[in-house]
Amino acid sequence: MVPPRIEREIVIDAPVEVVWSVVTEPEHISGWFSDSADLDLRPGGRAVLHWNDYGTVQGRVERVERPHFFSFRWAVDPGRDVDEGNSTLVEFSLRAEHDSTRLTVVETGFQGLAGADNEKQQHFDSHSRGWELELGELGEYVARRTPTPGDG
Amino acid sequence: MSPVAAEVDELWSVVADPTRRRVLDVLLDRGEATATILAGELPVTRQAVAKHLAVLDRAGLVESTRRGREVRYAIRPQRLDAATRSMAQVAADWDARLSAIKRIAESVARAQATERQTQEAKR
Repeated sequence: MVPPRIEREIVIDAPVEVVWSVVTEPEHISGWFSDSADLDLRPGGRAVLHWNDYGTVQGRVERVERPHFFSFRWAVDPGRDVDEGNSTLVEFSLRAEHDSTRLTVVETGFQGLAGADNEKQQHFDSHSRGWELELGELGEYVARRTPTPGDG
Repeated sequence: MSPVAAEVDELWSVVADPTRRRVLDVLLDRGEATATILAGELPVTRQAVAKHLAVLDRAGLVESTRRGREVRYAIRPQRLDAATRSMAQVAADWDARLSAIKRIAESVARAQATERQTQEAKR
């Protein structure tokens, strides 16, 4: 099964404008996402994300509504240009809450990837695999953080 | 659909629920927790947490151990790994990235606040 939608959110103790700059400025993007980044912050603008261990992934800016909404598509495989059939959509929403900001990210479009279902699943897996480099396999991640008295 | 695919599909629907994912998140953070502790950390009642835990238990994603009058729940890592190899991996990746964004933004905000205070002190 190809998952339709990933949604995550976090509350950040910083003003919306600051969070906006961290989410959209290449110098900051290289701090939370790829090892280096280049981004033309306007609809249709080109995004280039580079991971030293993974390669270069092409992206395309979709919507820019400073400072509340930013979306881009990114290709599932390194080295390919972005089109609807080989990319997923990532949408950031920023909402002020008192002096803090609620940041929501939604990733969709896995089911729109070209190819048969098993190929889509592979795309999905490969897409996530590229990004798990910094995190390690989830199993290890879980095992590291979860005592398993029954297994030892 | 193959039996394995059907099973993954079912696991999917179990972890697709946002509240259940948050229950799993808290369990990942704490190692183990009671329904009361979970209800204290999530915007849902203890009864709702108990229902979600029952679903997670049936799917084999959590295990419970009784200690005296308490029932403590913990993640079953192997099973969660199977269920979440695709979705929770992407979700966990985003969690890691959001945490990094939070860290950076809060540090920038603190630096700006310090800068403002310094400016005001000079006046």
